[in-house]
Amino acid sequence: MQSKYFLDVRYLLDSSTLYVETGLLAIGMTFIIVSGNIDLSVASMTALVACVTAKLMASGWSIPAGCAAGLVLGLVLGGFNGILVAKVKLPSFVVTLATMAVYRGIAQVLLGAKSAKLPASFVGLDMMHLPGHVPLPLVIFLVIAVILGVVLHRSLFGRWVVAIGTNESASYFAGLPTAAVKISVFALSGFLAAVAALMMNSRLGVARFDDARGLELDAITAVVLGGASIFGGKGTMLGTVLALFLVAVLRIGMGVADVKAEYQLAVIGTLLVVAVLAGNLSAKVNAKR
Amino acid sequence: MAFGGVEVLKGVDIDLFPGEVHGLIGENGAGKSTLGKLIAGVHRATGGTLAINGTPRVLTSPRQAMDLGVALIHQEPLTFPDLDVAENIFVGRQPQNSAKQIDWKGMYRSADELLASLGVSLNSKAKVRGLGVADQQMIELAAALSQHAKVLILDETTASLTPKEVGELFTIIKRLKSEGCAIAFVSHRLDEVFEICDRITVLRDGEKVGERIPAQSSIPDIVRLMVGRDVAAAAARPVGPDQPVMLEVTKLSQGSVFHDVSFEVRKGEIVGMAGLVGAGRTDVACSIFGINPPTSGEVKVDGKVVQIRSPKQAMTEGLALVPEDRQHHGLLLPISIAENASLAILRSLTRGGIIQSKKIGDNAETYRAKLKIALRDVNQPVKDLSGGNQQKVVLSKWLLTQPKVLILDEPTRGIDIGAKAEVHRLMRELADSGLAILMISSDLQEVLTISDRVLVMREGQLVKSLKPGEATEESVMLAATGQVAHAS
Repeated sequence: MQSKYFLDVRYLLDSSTLYVETGLLAIGMTFIIVSGNIDLSVASMTALVACVTAKLMASGWSIPAGCAAGLVLGLVLGGFNGILVAKVKLPSFVVTLATMAVYRGIAQVLLGAKSAKLPASFVGLDMMHLPGHVPLPLVIFLVIAVILGVVLHRSLFGRWVVAIGTNESASYFAGLPTAAVKISVFALSGFLAAVAALMMNSRLGVARFDDARGLELDAITAVVLGGASIFGGKGTMLGTVLALFLVAVLRIGMGVADVKAEYQLAVIGTLLVVAVLAGNLSAKVNAKR
Repeated sequence: MAFGGVEVLKGVDIDLFPGEVHGLIGENGAGKSTLGKLIAGVHRATGGTLAINGTPRVLTSPRQAMDLGVALIHQEPLTFPDLDVAENIFVGRQPQNSAKQIDWKGMYRSADELLASLGVSLNSKAKVRGLGVADQQMIELAAALSQHAKVLILDETTASLTPKEVGELFTIIKRLKSEGCAIAFVSHRLDEVFEICDRITVLRDGEKVGERIPAQSSIPDIVRLMVGRDVAAAAARPVGPDQPVMLEVTKLSQGSVFHDVSFEVRKGEIVGMAGLVGAGRTDVACSIFGINPPTSGEVKVDGKVVQIRSPKQAMTEGLALVPEDRQHHGLLLPISIAENASLAILRSLTRGGIIQSKKIGDNAETYRAKLKIALRDVNQPVKDLSGGNQQKVVLSKWLLTQPKVLILDEPTRGIDIGAKAEVHRLMRELADSGLAILMISSDLQEVLTISDRVLVMREGQLVKSLKPGEATEESVMLAATGQVAHAS
């Protein structure tokens, strides 16, 4: 099936609101991967924060208070991952694989199979536009990407993240606060997952425990496709953002062309493998030159 | 042969004869290991011919070389830590019984025979994890002999061995030689080469610059060939008690690793710390620097008692540590020289949290000039540099923190003779400018030439402190090995 909507700029711009949430996860994931770690729990953190804030607002919390609580919760969930990685010294893969299940499990305990409705005044961020039909969520995403891009590439914190991802023990020997940096990186990932959760709540109007299911795959794919090394020490914010748009356009394209969801998943998975292969290959070619 | 666009070996001719030990020596980067690896099929030559037993061959893999009787023994043996000794010897070709199952009994028997023939007392059923480097090399050697290797290439095999283990290895080499093996001995320890080799080929910058018979040559002669010029040694110079003590360590202990270590380093003094590998020298350094904090004892820096729990804190107290393992602990290899040099002081180069790249570049340029670091561009990755220049980058990093006490752990390991003299000269300059230096080294020659005072550690204890006059190769070795001096 061909569709006339795919190349419609307004349609693409509107669709972007579906992907900026993934994009926020990918920004956090860029810091995580560059620091030599992985965070599989991002999507679960988004789901849990979404459920908790929805429940709080439903039980009478004001919108600002609910949002603030959600953001703090994101920091705590991410920070907890970080402490297990940096202080207990467990591999981030295992830690976040476990918390991926735990965080979503708590969300399910909280809401069960029901969905929590959000107050009407909180719903509809994705329908707000700047002049030129630019959706507000896209603007928020780009502003965060630019700020954190500067942090990653130009700030002391960013250089520390790169140093630790390149060689953690050498960084420690050089007097870098390696544990604090790692905890911060995971807390940042949790915080961005919480921002994504708030956007998702506002867009959907309801929260469910299975919100954002599987988004960690898209986020990791975008980061690796954007040129980051899965082994740490290398990666750019611009690469992540461009790759994210590529993944988004691919998904939108497949959606418009009526490709079934399971096939879409297979295509994104394949893209991840190809991205890793291409990264390894170019590294080898460079080494040989 | 070319690597990374650089020609590594240029038209080198070499003959290995049965019953002869042939030394391959040269500075780091001279191409000696590459030559060894070419012969063993690890790398493929881009030109020239290789004949084994008179037949020209093109080797495509170490496997094929092995089948032709050529084996390579590595400096860091490649073993399987969770398999036992016999399985490591026969890995991939375990003997099978008639039912196509592994003949365990036969395997352990053959392994025991091989180890006995090497004169090694290793339990063939012991797991390899936890065995020392020397034992693991014996396993590689046994594996090679089990496949009837006739040409053995020992690639820097002695670099991580203690003197006693080197002696044992040499006994084995001599026996293999008498049995008709052709042996290539790659090393940059000249005394060993002179002891064991029947012929020496010297490489410089990938070219063969000479072939010598040890009996008709001398160490200075070979050194001149290796570096292409004479190398002057730095002279020791005692420091008076009028100089303030910058580092004072009292009864420092850490569990069972080392105990009751006490010493001091004065301003302007270079104190050498000798001892065998595993005597606890690196542990003392790491402990002072807060990596593994001590369990008891006291450390004073510049007269002030300090409780250091992390390298970060050590840095603020005015300590600096150039670690032994440059690649894992000293440098961020893929990152630029400039950033590596500024890593420890990055915090002070920011304005509003943003890094001022210009300052990073300026710092690197300053130290490039000061330490004479040979580089093309301070923004190139540090891994492009030679070992000696990499070490100078690590030094720059620590000098930028303006330390009071500099601890150097094996500062010249793996760097060539020319660069070594450079590092020694720098150490002397730094001491003269008021730095207190503690240098750990397993290179006895180095300890003796550069130190103003020599400390000797053995089995976790500081057993001796020797003044310049008293420190000789013999007195240090006797203290380090715990043997009683022969009455003279």
